[in-house]
Amino acid sequence: MTEALEGSQAIARTVAACKPQVVAAYPITPQTHIVENISKLVADGKFNCEYISVESEFSAASVVLGAAAAGSRAYTATASQGILLMSEVLYDIAGLRIPLVLTCANRAVSAPISIWNDHQDSMAVRDAGWIQLYCADNQEAVDTTVQAFRIAEQLEIPVMVCVDGFTLTHTLEPIDLPSQEVVDQFLPPFKFSRPLNTASPISVGTLVSPDYYTEVRYQHQQAMRGALAVIEQCREEWRALIGRDSGGLLEIHDDADAKIGLLVIGSVTGTFLEARELFTDLPATRLIRLRSFRPFPVTALQQACTGLETLIVVERAFSPGGGGIVGNETKAALSDAKNNTLNIINVAMGLGGRDMTLDTYRLLIEKVVNGELQPGFSIFDVDPNKLAPTA
Amino acid sequence: MTTVETINCRELREQQPRFQGFVAGHRACAGCGAAIIGRVVLEATGPDVIVANATGCLEVFSTAWPQSSWRVPWMHSVFENAAAVASGIEAALKAQGRDSKVVVFGGDGGTFDIGFQTLSGMLERFHNVLYVCYDNEAYMNTGIQRSSSTPHAAATTTSPAGKARMGKRHLKKDIVSIVAAHHIPYAATTSVAYLSDIKRKVRRAMAIDGPTFLHIHSPCPLGWGHESNLSIEVARLAVETGLFPIIELERGHQVGCMPIRNIKPVTDYLKLQKRFQHLFADDPKAREELEHLQALADYNIERFGLREDKPDNNDSSGLNVIHRQQSRTENWNP
Repeated sequence: MTEALEGSQAIARTVAACKPQVVAAYPITPQTHIVENISKLVADGKFNCEYISVESEFSAASVVLGAAAAGSRAYTATASQGILLMSEVLYDIAGLRIPLVLTCANRAVSAPISIWNDHQDSMAVRDAGWIQLYCADNQEAVDTTVQAFRIAEQLEIPVMVCVDGFTLTHTLEPIDLPSQEVVDQFLPPFKFSRPLNTASPISVGTLVSPDYYTEVRYQHQQAMRGALAVIEQCREEWRALIGRDSGGLLEIHDDADAKIGLLVIGSVTGTFLEARELFTDLPATRLIRLRSFRPFPVTALQQACTGLETLIVVERAFSPGGGGIVGNETKAALSDAKNNTLNIINVAMGLGGRDMTLDTYRLLIEKVVNGELQPGFSIFDVDPNKLAPTA
Repeated sequence: MTTVETINCRELREQQPRFQGFVAGHRACAGCGAAIIGRVVLEATGPDVIVANATGCLEVFSTAWPQSSWRVPWMHSVFENAAAVASGIEAALKAQGRDSKVVVFGGDGGTFDIGFQTLSGMLERFHNVLYVCYDNEAYMNTGIQRSSSTPHAAATTTSPAGKARMGKRHLKKDIVSIVAAHHIPYAATTSVAYLSDIKRKVRRAMAIDGPTFLHIHSPCPLGWGHESNLSIEVARLAVETGLFPIIELERGHQVGCMPIRNIKPVTDYLKLQKRFQHLFADDPKAREELEHLQALADYNIERFGLREDKPDNNDSSGLNVIHRQQSRTENWNP
């Protein structure tokens, strides 16, 4: 049944339908509505779980780690500074191969302090060993949350579901929440292969010498590559079950004449799709939306770029002194491809919550067409009048 | 006709079957207090426990993959989150209807310093967890650096003694008072010199449904600079001088202590350890610090009511020092 729901509310109700036994979280804007909604469901007796209000995000991650290690499905959510505070534990969770789901309500990172949306937070922990799935809208956030538990538990790799703060978390949209029966059918009860249990004691998180460390890391990499197929498989099964195409590694909106491609990530997808239809005077584009950033779908991306002359990589984070994060990974992926003559223009935009509008799309395409944007990395939409005077 | 066999108490005790949750083969240094604590605490808890271990000596020397000394489920995550991991394990057990007890082992660094916040959170949320801090008074795993548990004037590699400094300048953090201020059901100190006291307190904590805290003084021969065969003697002197008071607190109030019958001067304790050797130099500053440490011991003795003048009729070991108050055998006179 379709309902008008705020993104956070929809995510909270979906989490409840996934029946985690332990939820631990700490409030941070713009994630707060998710955990408030979960708390209310628990208080109203609609969701039976151990809800632990911890004293920091660091402990939120640690509590769900302990809970999952003891064999319970567990969930947490955070954003921005919270994810950075968690980062040490995020690495540990992944290294221990503990299945967990975390919603990241994407927000910029201090300084300067900003509560608004970009992707610097989750990008900062891209090497932690988690699967990272970026959602385009709230329907996808709901579907991805259910799929995330399944992916995490099947592979014993934690999954981070990334939703744009405010743009998605605080926006009402018509959303079809999957019924409890559908969720139960898609998501079998969690049965961890290595739970802490006094009947069969194991030691978890032991000291590993150089003799074994490389092999542990190798197996993590192998499992992450294996996740590519599982993510696609979940999309297929979800479609078969519910009739909605939601998920997968990436999404392509093609135009037969397109020589310019746009690679985007997150909620700007909807805006750019609309702009593509609206601005018929602009050259045709192929819009590629990256959903799985970790694992990075190299082959799927190579195929998606076939036939293009120019690829504009639009992203909402960057590595100062380096360049675009998605951009550099895209270049690396395409350098192995046959079509490596592609001009790759990489722009960071929408930083700290700056709106990405229909006009942004127009401006971007016009600049590319006019040759004002060259291959390489740049920060889009910088107003020189607002720059601090340099010494 | 019945056969009567006689056995003395010591033999009987040695023949008792004991649960071994932490077994030999680990790589602890000779004379390590933490290894003894790991073994004795688990003897008292029995097998129905899940252990969360903070990063530190105990974790490192007991679990070099693919070997492990632990015969109970054991988990190590990172340095500062053992109490939070334990909270999660406990929540999961509750959700699953399992009633195993969760026990944390953390060193003083992982408890007093870096893990302090997660410990406080765990206590405040009233998780059913026994937190055991083995306190060897410095970061021994990384090579003897000062922690907030290092006693005043002790030399470590980051609070060395020299011309301008007499070792650590600050006081040892009063962790048990801070913990007890969370009004948890039970918090106690004890020492590796008194194994039966450790076991009694562990059993008491295990019987409580809620957060409990055990602070165990634990010599490190390498870090303290004493012979490894003197660990127990050194630990006992810390108690007998009043420098490490042994107390029990319920809901924030002191309910018992281990009285001292023959109070010794702090120098008896200090002189055995290299970390205090600079205090015995012919230097007015050194003498001042010795006086300071004696004053701290005297303060502990008054504050916690540790002085005991009555003789101890139950002292069979000849140590003539300590038996806890309110002993079950207090009025028992064979």
